[in-house]
Amino acid sequence: MNNKDEVFAALTANIPYISFLGVEFARRGDEVTAHLSYTPKLIGNPMLPALHGGATGAFLEITAITSLAWVTALEKMETESAWDGTFAPQPKTIDFSIDYLRSGKPQDAYARALILRRGRRVANVRVEAWQGERDKPFIAAHGHFLLSQSP
Amino acid sequence: MIFCKAFLRERLFCFGFAALHVTSQQAQDGLEAMSDDDFRGWIAPDPKSHGEQGMLLSAIPHSTELGMRLISRDPDEAVMMIPYDPRLIGDPETGVMHGGAITALLDTCCGTAVMMASSKPSSTATLDLRINYMRPATKERDVYAHAHCYRATRSVGFVRAVAYHEDRNDPIATSSAAFILNYKEAKDEQQG
Repeated sequence: MNNKDEVFAALTANIPYISFLGVEFARRGDEVTAHLSYTPKLIGNPMLPALHGGATGAFLEITAITSLAWVTALEKMETESAWDGTFAPQPKTIDFSIDYLRSGKPQDAYARALILRRGRRVANVRVEAWQGERDKPFIAAHGHFLLSQSP
Repeated sequence: MIFCKAFLRERLFCFGFAALHVTSQQAQDGLEAMSDDDFRGWIAPDPKSHGEQGMLLSAIPHSTELGMRLISRDPDEAVMMIPYDPRLIGDPETGVMHGGAITALLDTCCGTAVMMASSKPSSTATLDLRINYMRPATKERDVYAHAHCYRATRSVGFVRAVAYHEDRNDPIATSSAAFILNYKEAKDEQQG
């Protein structure tokens, strides 16, 4: 399994909650864009209507974890001569702080994470999501993640 | 999470009252007679009467999808629960619920606690929500959240919350959040 697209697909496959929310990913090099497909089950307030803050917050957390896991997997692929097809354990959220900037419209949403620092044990990540315009994020977050230490 | 009264009234009519097996006329009368105080107990009847399992949050589609239940509500406080569900697993290796589901639980629970504040806001929306994870949830166990709105000013409600299995003193996660508050006299039932 050396093809990066295959490895990337394997990274996010089999995580029930990612399929439950309906999140898919597009990869360009080490950059990952997450895509949340709109379905009525994501609604938090049917009168406005607006997406549930818990669903959009979870979308950002998934984006942050996947982006981190991908960078880690890329590194593993590059440093190990024989890629054994296994991944490091998932990064674990230490804390996650979400800013709700605008209400989420009943439309698809996109998110990208920026890894500010990835240390030996802890990574600092910023993540933003937008709908119509990239320059107008409707939700942003930053979090710390515990990385499993390589054996 | 954005709560507004107009939406809750409508859903109360659709779901809450229907669940009580009253006629539509009785439901209509009930709605018209509903005061702000009644509204603050926005899910009728008292969830405690549903036993330990509380009642499904049928007014909020995403919460319904997560199987989220309101266990109890009191002035400034709310307790909610998400039953363990294999669809919510975040790490197939461990079978543990994804943090995202806990985010949704905490947000909804905090929002409800804000709506239960004594200053009687007519609607609210989350400004920010911070979650600290102490430990992963345990596989195959329901997750509870308790939220307390410890301060509500004219504009902002401040909330603390904790997610746990059985013991609030052994938290899975703790949370602190701020919500913008809207009051009826601002003749604004929409999100601010």
